[in-house]
Amino acid sequence: MAFDKSEVEKVAQLARLHVSEAEAIEVASRITDILALIDQMQSIDTDGVEPLAHPLDVTQPLREDKVTEENRRDELQTLAPATEDGLYLVPRVIE
Amino acid sequence: MIEKTAAELSASLAAREVSSEELTRAYLDRISSLNEQLNAYINVCAENALEQARSADEKRAAGDNSPLLGVPIAHKDIFCTNGITTTCGSRMLHNFVAPYDATVVENFNKAGAVLLGKTNMDEFAMGSSNETSFFGPVRNPWDIKRVPGGSSGGSAAAVAADLCAMATGTDTGGSIRQPAAFSGITGFKPSYGRVSRWGMIAFASSLDQAGPICKSAEDAALMMNVMAGHDPKDSTCANRPADDYTADLENSLQGLRIGIPRQHFAEGLSANVEQSIRDALAEFEKLGATIKEIDLPNNHLSVSAYYVVAPAEASANLSRYDGVRYGYRCENPVDLEDMYKRTRSEGFGDEVKRRIMVGTYALSAGFYDAYYRKAQKVRRLIKNDFDVAFKDVDVVIGPTSPHTAFELGAKSDPVAMYLEDIYTIAVNLAGLPGISIPVAPAGGLPVGMHIVGDVFAESKLLNVAHQFQKHTDWHKLKPTIAGGEA
Repeated sequence: MAFDKSEVEKVAQLARLHVSEAEAIEVASRITDILALIDQMQSIDTDGVEPLAHPLDVTQPLREDKVTEENRRDELQTLAPATEDGLYLVPRVIE
Repeated sequence: MIEKTAAELSASLAAREVSSEELTRAYLDRISSLNEQLNAYINVCAENALEQARSADEKRAAGDNSPLLGVPIAHKDIFCTNGITTTCGSRMLHNFVAPYDATVVENFNKAGAVLLGKTNMDEFAMGSSNETSFFGPVRNPWDIKRVPGGSSGGSAAAVAADLCAMATGTDTGGSIRQPAAFSGITGFKPSYGRVSRWGMIAFASSLDQAGPICKSAEDAALMMNVMAGHDPKDSTCANRPADDYTADLENSLQGLRIGIPRQHFAEGLSANVEQSIRDALAEFEKLGATIKEIDLPNNHLSVSAYYVVAPAEASANLSRYDGVRYGYRCENPVDLEDMYKRTRSEGFGDEVKRRIMVGTYALSAGFYDAYYRKAQKVRRLIKNDFDVAFKDVDVVIGPTSPHTAFELGAKSDPVAMYLEDIYTIAVNLAGLPGISIPVAPAGGLPVGMHIVGDVFAESKLLNVAHQFQKHTDWHKLKPTIAGGEA
């Protein structure tokens, strides 16, 4: 599978990462190597094999729908780069 | 005192031979003289530690004699510690002061352990050498030109250099066991779900597991008694009570059936590492164990499957780092898109970005079946191999790593680095417990022996490792560090 500059751009966009022109070739080459490692899996037939998502094959435990957390908004917002009136501030989104 | 195991220190504290405050000061002094060279700690919490030590001494005077009361510990900087920076080895969290304690940390606080500081690690736990940390590489106390292993390199170096009595680590593909092997100490990864992941910064949610990094299997058992257990705050945690992991330590190994996988003794394994492992296996035979060769036919696919599953899960887990609510934010973002992209590109190092890209690609439309779903099927086959093996044997033993610690900078190719975990990764994919303990060094450098058990067989594994350590001395060897004379 060829992982070239245009793939790099597409994937970087999905992952919200910035990859410069200069970096793109190196990144494409490294990732191509990793994909070659991964492609070794294609050598084995897995038809009829159930995928394993969780090593213990368990299901999501459920609990009663009751509020158990305290509201620590003000304390937690001291960690943020920018806040106002209990809201997180980010650069303008809507023109 | 500082060279003693946690179990020995527990006895010394109980016998009033030393106070927790004296012990803590001794470790803090040793950290000041050696940490600059080794870079094992990202953050040393001296004042906090002394306060906790004094409080432990008071509790002991009042009659509390819990086993780890007053014993100094270091936590890998992946565990949230309330009011203390928790960086995960990354610029992205360099200024993140955790607002709560991880369950693992809370458990050790309740047990009275004294927090010396937070140890260095590969960024977001992605690495096998502790060279990707934003805070600089960690050096192996056995040879400072070499790596201690990773991602829990800081914890491993701290234990090996007696900069703490015990430490915590995490293991997603080998990150407790491999650094334990490279640094000549004991590292234990419990079964998936045995220890709560609440407050443990997530890398790959179906693989990550916390465990002890320490001086002996006995210490690992004491630590497991504090760490293990059901936690309703972690929905992936096993809903099953913890055992007393010290209870079976003294069981005889007579009749123990050991399986050695032919795939772990093949091409790629250094001859001198193989010799140390085979000599160690002979010790087990003296203790009454039988050894047979077994097959793990899909082992060669474990690194491939892992490098789809782990990066895919990491790409999802690391999408929360966006500069909005905590952590790093780039300067003067022009708009939201710019803020996300520059925050993430500046905040994350190259290996992390590489894995996010691979993971995003593997999950993207058109590739999900070929990559992620295929990897999950291969994962099932790898687990099945172990299920078959455990019908005939009690434990599976082999080398932890194909060779001894390499030099810093030696593995610049990411794929070469990934192959470092060739023996350890399958264990995470299958969710099984595994331990690495020291055997005879090769070329003056530590060698680790890897012992794997069936799911939730932690007590059995610790018993096997402890009996080995009772009859051999390799785990007692210490490195000579310039300026580190005790």
